[in-house]
Amino acid sequence: MSGFDHDPIVEMRGIEKHFGPVIALNGVSFDIRPGECHCLLGDNGAGKSTFIKTMSGVHKPTRGEILFEGRPMSFDSPRDAMEAGIATVYQDLAMIPLMSVTRNFWMGREPIRRVGPFKFMDFKTANAVTMEEMRKMGINLRSPDQAVGTLSGGERQTVAIARAVHFGAKVLILDEPTSALGVRQTANVLATIDKVRKTGIGIVFITHNVRHALAVGDRFTVLNRGRTLGTAQRGQITPEELQDLMAGGQEMVELEGSLGGTV
Amino acid sequence: MSEAGQGAALAPAKDERVKEISGLRRALIRPELGAIVGTIAVFVFFIAFAADSGMFNAQGILNWSTVSAQFMIIAVGACMLMIAGEFDLSVGSMIGFAGMSIALISVTLQWPVWIAILLTFVLCVAVGALNGVIVVRTGLPSFIVTLAFLFILRGFTIFFPQLIERQTIIGGISDAAEGDWLAPVFGGKILGFVFDWLAEMEMIAVFERGTRAGEPIVDGIPMLIVWALALVAVAHVILTRTQFGNWVFAAGGDAQAARYVGVPVNRVKILMFMFTAFCACVFATCQVMEFGSAGADRGLLKEFEAIIAVVIGGALLTGGYGSVIGAALGALIFGVVQQGLFFAGVESSLFRVFLGVILLFAVILNTYIRRIITGER
Repeated sequence: MSGFDHDPIVEMRGIEKHFGPVIALNGVSFDIRPGECHCLLGDNGAGKSTFIKTMSGVHKPTRGEILFEGRPMSFDSPRDAMEAGIATVYQDLAMIPLMSVTRNFWMGREPIRRVGPFKFMDFKTANAVTMEEMRKMGINLRSPDQAVGTLSGGERQTVAIARAVHFGAKVLILDEPTSALGVRQTANVLATIDKVRKTGIGIVFITHNVRHALAVGDRFTVLNRGRTLGTAQRGQITPEELQDLMAGGQEMVELEGSLGGTV
Repeated sequence: MSEAGQGAALAPAKDERVKEISGLRRALIRPELGAIVGTIAVFVFFIAFAADSGMFNAQGILNWSTVSAQFMIIAVGACMLMIAGEFDLSVGSMIGFAGMSIALISVTLQWPVWIAILLTFVLCVAVGALNGVIVVRTGLPSFIVTLAFLFILRGFTIFFPQLIERQTIIGGISDAAEGDWLAPVFGGKILGFVFDWLAEMEMIAVFERGTRAGEPIVDGIPMLIVWALALVAVAHVILTRTQFGNWVFAAGGDAQAARYVGVPVNRVKILMFMFTAFCACVFATCQVMEFGSAGADRGLLKEFEAIIAVVIGGALLTGGYGSVIGAALGALIFGVVQQGLFFAGVESSLFRVFLGVILLFAVILNTYIRRIITGER
């Protein structure tokens, strides 16, 4: 598929992260190439969140190295990672409901218009760009002044994704974007992921839903108890195998048996 | 999605599940709405019941404008801070503290008044910054941190004058301020010539007897009112039209989400604590210059009056939403009602009953408005 002839944008090798006596990550390797959707799967507590926070500059790894476009890189803050082109869309923290779509979209990077010595926020540009970017993602806003609180969960994720794309993200990390959504909205978000991937952006899609991962993923990496259990390409792995890897195998087989194979 | 291109001239595609919102509902979403309605109601009420009491002649207008302006100055600071997601309960104590600081430096130490004013501003803004730093560093609720400063500052305000002057009211500031260049910026009046002219045209009353016979009863607009209007205008523009304003909303709306996109939330919050302290200090300086004295009990309960004005103005106690114009109108409602009850000859203690009732109404209305905005049910 796309991207395999490219070098990785971000490569993480043997990442370890310790919080005091707790070893949250114990040797995780992962890479992301342009135009691919690399799914990071794992059950609750597998270390997915710690790992993406390391990637997005929130945590510094205790051991291991991060290569950004081939060069060793050390991010001191989320801001550094953002400047480099790594954007993260967090599950609940993507948007501020009381603020308008435009204010959310430009938050932290407001366009400036100078009038003499004074600097104002350029709302005309901001509103126009916001409307246009949302239209590209397939969302027709009533008005850019609309509060984000009036949007559905899927639309909020889409605004956050559109924002990251507009600001030139090379890698987009999506933290469980579909976990709180209904079927229809999930489909919309997955379609958005596909649209964004085709523009050449590398997407890291964190989820614990195998079906969502298989719907859009090019590669799949499974985390379990702070370690990577391996990376598989699309077509090389069945949903059942993925599920087993995530849950740690044996007990899951027994559980699934008792539930009639529906999990 | 391709129909968007050719359909640009047509009506945009509509989601059949999104109900068109009515104009009324849309207007309801404006944070100032409650305050606008309240302001109109209050004026209609007093024009109907107190029009012949002198409330709306030049002197009466000056009277309630001055009181409203006092509320306005502290409400502006409290409003910006509340939108940024924090409270400052030490505003009242800060007013007493700042006034006493000016008095002690200028009267007791005999330093020039302008130095006293500048030093006091530096001191107050520093205390504001300290409030802010403690809140953002410890993560404690600002309610508790500033409650501590409410007592700390009030304690010092009573302790120092007693220690040094053996009294809790220090006068003589008017004499000290004579000829000072900075004092009139807070205690002076402007546009006196307009009122002289108005008096000549017999549009406002003049003194008929005494040493000032022939001079207009109202001889200028107090700087207090100028400060209030200037602070409202500047704060409103910063909040609604600038990048920093967007950061203020973001910091109060969801600090963590704002941090993730690179908004310097801590800096914003600390600056807002400093601004609130600045406003309290403006209030105190104007008051000291007007009275010519400082008292250890000045500013009592002002923090709550400021917060009530802000809430009437449509701001949410939880932060992230509100309006400086709304807060200013809330302050206007306060001033007009407080003085209006006096003009109408109503027992003044009823003002507190009014405050409580209107606060309750405002909070209920705000909760309802928030549900509309966020789409909660």
